[in-house]
Amino acid sequence: MTVDPLDVPPDPPTPFQPRSGQRGTGFLTEPFRLGTTPSATVGPYLAIGLTWPDGVWAAAEGAEGGIWIRGRVLDGAGEVVPDAMVETWQADPDGGFPSREDPRGAAHHPGFRGYARSQTTTGEYAVFTLKPGRVPDGDGGLQAPHVDVSVFARGLLDRVVTRVYFADEAEANAGDPVLAALPEDRRGTLLAVPADDGYRLDIHLQGERETVFFDL
Amino acid sequence: MTGTTAGSRVVLPRYLREDPSLRTPVGFPDYRSTALRAPLRTPVDLPHRLTETTGPVLGEDRVLPHDADLTWRNGGEAVGQRILVHGRVLDSDGRPVPGALVEVWQANAAGRYRHVVDNWPAPLDPHFDGLGRVVTDGLGRYEFLTVKPGAYPWGNHHNAWRPAHIHFSLFGRAFTQRLVTQMYFPDDPLFGQDPIYNAIPVAARHRAVSRFSLERTQDNWALAFRWDIVLRGREQTPFETDDDGDVA
Ligand SMILES: [Fe+3]
Repeated sequence: MTVDPLDVPPDPPTPFQPRSGQRGTGFLTEPFRLGTTPSATVGPYLAIGLTWPDGVWAAAEGAEGGIWIRGRVLDGAGEVVPDAMVETWQADPDGGFPSREDPRGAAHHPGFRGYARSQTTTGEYAVFTLKPGRVPDGDGGLQAPHVDVSVFARGLLDRVVTRVYFADEAEANAGDPVLAALPEDRRGTLLAVPADDGYRLDIHLQGERETVFFDL
Repeated sequence: MTGTTAGSRVVLPRYLREDPSLRTPVGFPDYRSTALRAPLRTPVDLPHRLTETTGPVLGEDRVLPHDADLTWRNGGEAVGQRILVHGRVLDSDGRPVPGALVEVWQANAAGRYRHVVDNWPAPLDPHFDGLGRVVTDGLGRYEFLTVKPGAYPWGNHHNAWRPAHIHFSLFGRAFTQRLVTQMYFPDDPLFGQDPIYNAIPVAARHRAVSRFSLERTQDNWALAFRWDIVLRGREQTPFETDDDGDVA
C-alpha cells in the first residue's frame, strides 16, 4: 500500500483508540497490534492447576431440568484418553448467556453459570447442565441448541474446539447454519444421543469417525 | 429472561485470528504424543456468533489471598530460588484485561510435580504443591511469588528434558480468547532440544519467554521475571464497517 505523506486525515472525532482497520494515524499502514501469546499443551499434570470442586457443574446440583452430558475422548488408535480436559460453554434454556459480552445484556438463570470443565480420569467426561435454548445466529435466524466445547490434553499443543448438538432436535438441527455447512456424513459426529440421565457424545480426536473440529 | 425470537441482527465483535504462520500447530511430529491425538483433518471455520463472543465469568470468588504465594504451604516454606512472576494480561489491541482469572501450576525446584503419574525420582517438597491462582487488577496486572521450577526428563526422545516452565490458563472475556500456555525463562540451554518449545513458530517463540526483571527484584529476598500475556483482540463490529474494512 502506498501512502501519500501529504494526505493527512482529519483529527478523529473521539479520542484515538487503536483498533483494527481504523485509519487515521497518518503513519501506520497497519493497525496497532500486539502479537498474541502462543499456546502450549496443557500437559499431563493439568489436575494440579485446573481442578475445582465445582468444576463439572454448569448448573447447580439438583437443578430442575438438569442433564448430564457424558462421553469418552478417543485417540487415533481408538484408545480412551484418560488425561484430557473437556470444557463447555453454552446458553441457558432461554437462549441467554451469563456474560456481559452478550449485547442483549447478561442473562440470569437461577443456578446456571453456563460453563463447566471435566477431566477424563474415569474414562469419560461428564458435565451437569441445562439444555441450551436457541440462540440468534446474528443474521435474523436462530441456531439449533448447541454447546461449545474445548478439548485440552497432553499431545495437543493447542485446544481443539467442537460443538455438541442434540440428536432429538432434528427440526432445529436441519436449519442450523453451522451443521448445514458440514458434509452430511460428518454431521453425526456432533450429535449427542439421548441417554438415561441426559445425553452421550464421544469425541474422536482422529480416525474414521474423527469429530468435526472448528477453527475459531 | 432473554427471549429467543430471531429479531434483528445482533451486533457482535469479531475476534482476530493470529496469522497461522505464528500460531502453535495442534500437532508437531517431534512431540510424539501428538501423533495419535492431534486431529488430522482440516478444521472447519466457525463464524464468531454469540456463543463464541461471550464467555464465563470466573473471578475473585475462587481465589484466596495465599493462592498468590506458592512458597508457603503446610505451615512451612518451599525449597528453591524465590521468584516473583509478574506482568499484564492484554488483548492484541493493547487493552488490558481486568478481573481475569489466571491459573498457574508448575513443578517444584527439583523438577517434580505433585501428581500421581509423575514418578521421576526427584524429591517432593512437603511445603510446595505447585498450584497458584490470581485475578488481574484494574490495569490487567498480575503477580505471584513462587520458586523457580526445575527442568525434568520426560521420555519423548533420548535424554529429553523440559526447559523450566510454568503452566498458565486464562479465559479472557470470550470463548474465542481461551488460552492455555507455558511461560519459559530467558536463555534456557534446554530450548534447542525441546519439541514443545520448538513447535512454536520461530517468529513467535520470544512471546513465550519471560524476561528478567531487575526493577521488581526484591533486595535480599527474591528475583523477578516479567511476562506479559496477549489474548486475541477484536475486529471492528460489522455495523461499523463496509466490506473493505473502511469506517462507513
Ligand atoms: Fe510441565
